[in-house]
Amino acid sequence: MGAFGHYLAAHLDTLKSEFWALFVGGVANGLLYGMIAVGYTLVYGVLRLINFAHSEIFMSGGFAGYFVLRYFVGSGAPPAGMSSVGLIILGVLVGGLVGAIVATVLERVAYRPLRRRNAPKLAYLISAIGASYFLFNLAGKEFGHLAYSTPQPYINHPVFHIFGAPVQMYFVIIFLVGLVMFASLDRIISKTRLGRGIRAVAQDAETASLMGVNIDRTIAITFIVGGTLGGAAGFLFGLNFGVVYTMGFVPALKAFTAAVLGGIGNLRGAMIGGLILGIFESLSLVFVQAAYIDVVAFGILVTVLLVRPTGILGERLGRAA
Amino acid sequence: MRVWLTKAIVRRLLITQSIVAVIELMTGPAGSNSQPVYGFSHSFGESSSFFGLFRTQRWVTFFFVGLICWGVASFWISQGSRVRKSVHDALAFPRAATQKRPVRWGAMAVLLGFAIILPHVETAPFWQAAMVEQIAVYVLLAIGLNVVVGFAGLLDLGYVAFYAIGAYTTAWVTGALPTPALFHHALNPFFAIPVAIAIVMIAGIILGAPTLRLRGDYLAIVTLGFGEIITIFANNLYGITGGSLGSNQIPHPSIHLGPIKYIWGLAPVPYYYLALGFVVLFIIIFSLLERSRVGRAWTAIREDEVAAESVGINPLKYKVMAFAIGAASAGFAGVLTASQLIFIFPASFTLQFSINILVLVILGGMGSIAGVVFGAILIQTVTEFLFHSPPSGYQPQDLYIYLGALLVAMMIFRPSGLIPSKRRQREIRLSEAEHEGHLDEVLTGDDT
Repeated sequence: MGAFGHYLAAHLDTLKSEFWALFVGGVANGLLYGMIAVGYTLVYGVLRLINFAHSEIFMSGGFAGYFVLRYFVGSGAPPAGMSSVGLIILGVLVGGLVGAIVATVLERVAYRPLRRRNAPKLAYLISAIGASYFLFNLAGKEFGHLAYSTPQPYINHPVFHIFGAPVQMYFVIIFLVGLVMFASLDRIISKTRLGRGIRAVAQDAETASLMGVNIDRTIAITFIVGGTLGGAAGFLFGLNFGVVYTMGFVPALKAFTAAVLGGIGNLRGAMIGGLILGIFESLSLVFVQAAYIDVVAFGILVTVLLVRPTGILGERLGRAA
Repeated sequence: MRVWLTKAIVRRLLITQSIVAVIELMTGPAGSNSQPVYGFSHSFGESSSFFGLFRTQRWVTFFFVGLICWGVASFWISQGSRVRKSVHDALAFPRAATQKRPVRWGAMAVLLGFAIILPHVETAPFWQAAMVEQIAVYVLLAIGLNVVVGFAGLLDLGYVAFYAIGAYTTAWVTGALPTPALFHHALNPFFAIPVAIAIVMIAGIILGAPTLRLRGDYLAIVTLGFGEIITIFANNLYGITGGSLGSNQIPHPSIHLGPIKYIWGLAPVPYYYLALGFVVLFIIIFSLLERSRVGRAWTAIREDEVAAESVGINPLKYKVMAFAIGAASAGFAGVLTASQLIFIFPASFTLQFSINILVLVILGGMGSIAGVVFGAILIQTVTEFLFHSPPSGYQPQDLYIYLGALLVAMMIFRPSGLIPSKRRQREIRLSEAEHEGHLDEVLTGDDT
């Protein structure tokens, strides 16, 4: 007990003093994971497939948002006040738009031809991996292999404090964007005609098509919705961590973990899974070195898949709301 | 506008032109962090020679290339089935010949003979090194991954992990790691071969036993994570793996058996023969396995897991076997690389590597050993050729773009690969026919 007891006591003290700071960071990361996870969950719902190229949708949103910022801010002094809020909103919109475009092209090129032929599942996975590989390496070629850092002083100053932990502007932005996106998405899926179509296809594609749902269109829209959230998340992620052609890999793996944790195919599950993963990961920083943080997320993924593959809320396919 | 777009010929024109535009971007000059638009603008705007006839901007050249492709595509769609049939008929005799056993054995003997004399024909140092480091190693990895992806139908995206484990085991056995050597003496890399193969097979079982219960797509992502985790550990466990610098003191293998004394040195050719011997060995083992009870069990699981289980096959057991057996050749490839190059470091065992191996398997044909070997040799030779004498504007990283595009293109146009495994091709056709409702034709019709 001795040495381990000391280790634990020391780390628990750190945990106590750092708890709220880590918690805030974890919630922000968790919302980002949740936003990416929505893309996995929606596509899984209608196609029963994991979209391996989702990480590149995230990456392209990050690049698009970055270039918008760069165009407006350039090398000048970063804007403050309302103009910075306007820039962030613009970045989120452009990131989401480009994410949606990439997702649409991806669906057309890498998925639809296979769906037409009813190809085996392995073929979809390989095609998506190829598309992902193609996209991020092409981005590396066009934009260089080094990371771009976003002009960020206007997002780093604390806005207010929770239990003594500073909450930076960046976190507030993510909370707001994340909440707006989730709330509107939840409404779209559960209340609108479009959402009903998506849920119908998720439940039983064949019957849905007999009832007059246009399957191709529904699948395309699902990709657009997932792509929008993924691209916007890419912009928000890049705001803090910079953008680089390989930026999608690790966040997407974690978002996938979040989707599985919450129950894949389940929209609210994606959000909850993202939050739990973000907070857990952030708090585990007290106990493990930062280099192993990805190992923690991976450990959670394997554990969930083995112990409860349906996730916390269960795979409620077709009842995505 | 909409009316125009629905016309097949216009659509085809747009599709070919956009494909050509993508190729233009892929082959064009690269951008950089300081000039992110350079790649885009110069891919289209740069002046280039039009097949040596006159100089013009790239987009003009590619526009005409696109038109030619459009013409070919239109011709293929209207006349393709006839062309295919005549080619099929013309090839009837050679195809029948390759079915005969003496012909097959003869062809294999000729190929083996060619492989044996190859280092004496091609004596350029660059190509001799490439034959070992880039071709033989990749052939070994491809035939191993083929057992997992091709025979058992499990998508393993972390295959590089086994290669890394093999290489690090070599360093461990030969005492080249900061941690004490495995048997407390620094041994010759030859002893590392059985140890590495045993360790990677155990690693395959350890990774496989829990994860192979999962569905295919979950398995892919878990193995992807596993490959990444191995790199993280290799990078950060300084005391055990030497951290990001790895190890650079691995000895070359040597034989001291009574009067026989031979040391593999820096020259690549001796390693080539060592590798060739093991390639032949693994090909024999894997093709015997494919035709054995185990191989048939793999096929059954791949085609229909529930049905396989209902006739008494334990899917988990056979899947774990596929993982462990497939890992074996990667373990040996790790030993070969480590003992030849004498240094290893984590940065060489990346996700890129796993995907490259996957491309070799997919191009050649999942489940077909001949196809996979052919695919590996083809891609790696082209890669090395591009590396050796790059066309203008080509950078080594561009290769990954081409490989990614190749994966998508193969899945769209020829999912069963260049030299398909017969059974695999039939499976894909059955799955597609079931969808289109003419299953009976495929089931009863001739399968050629």
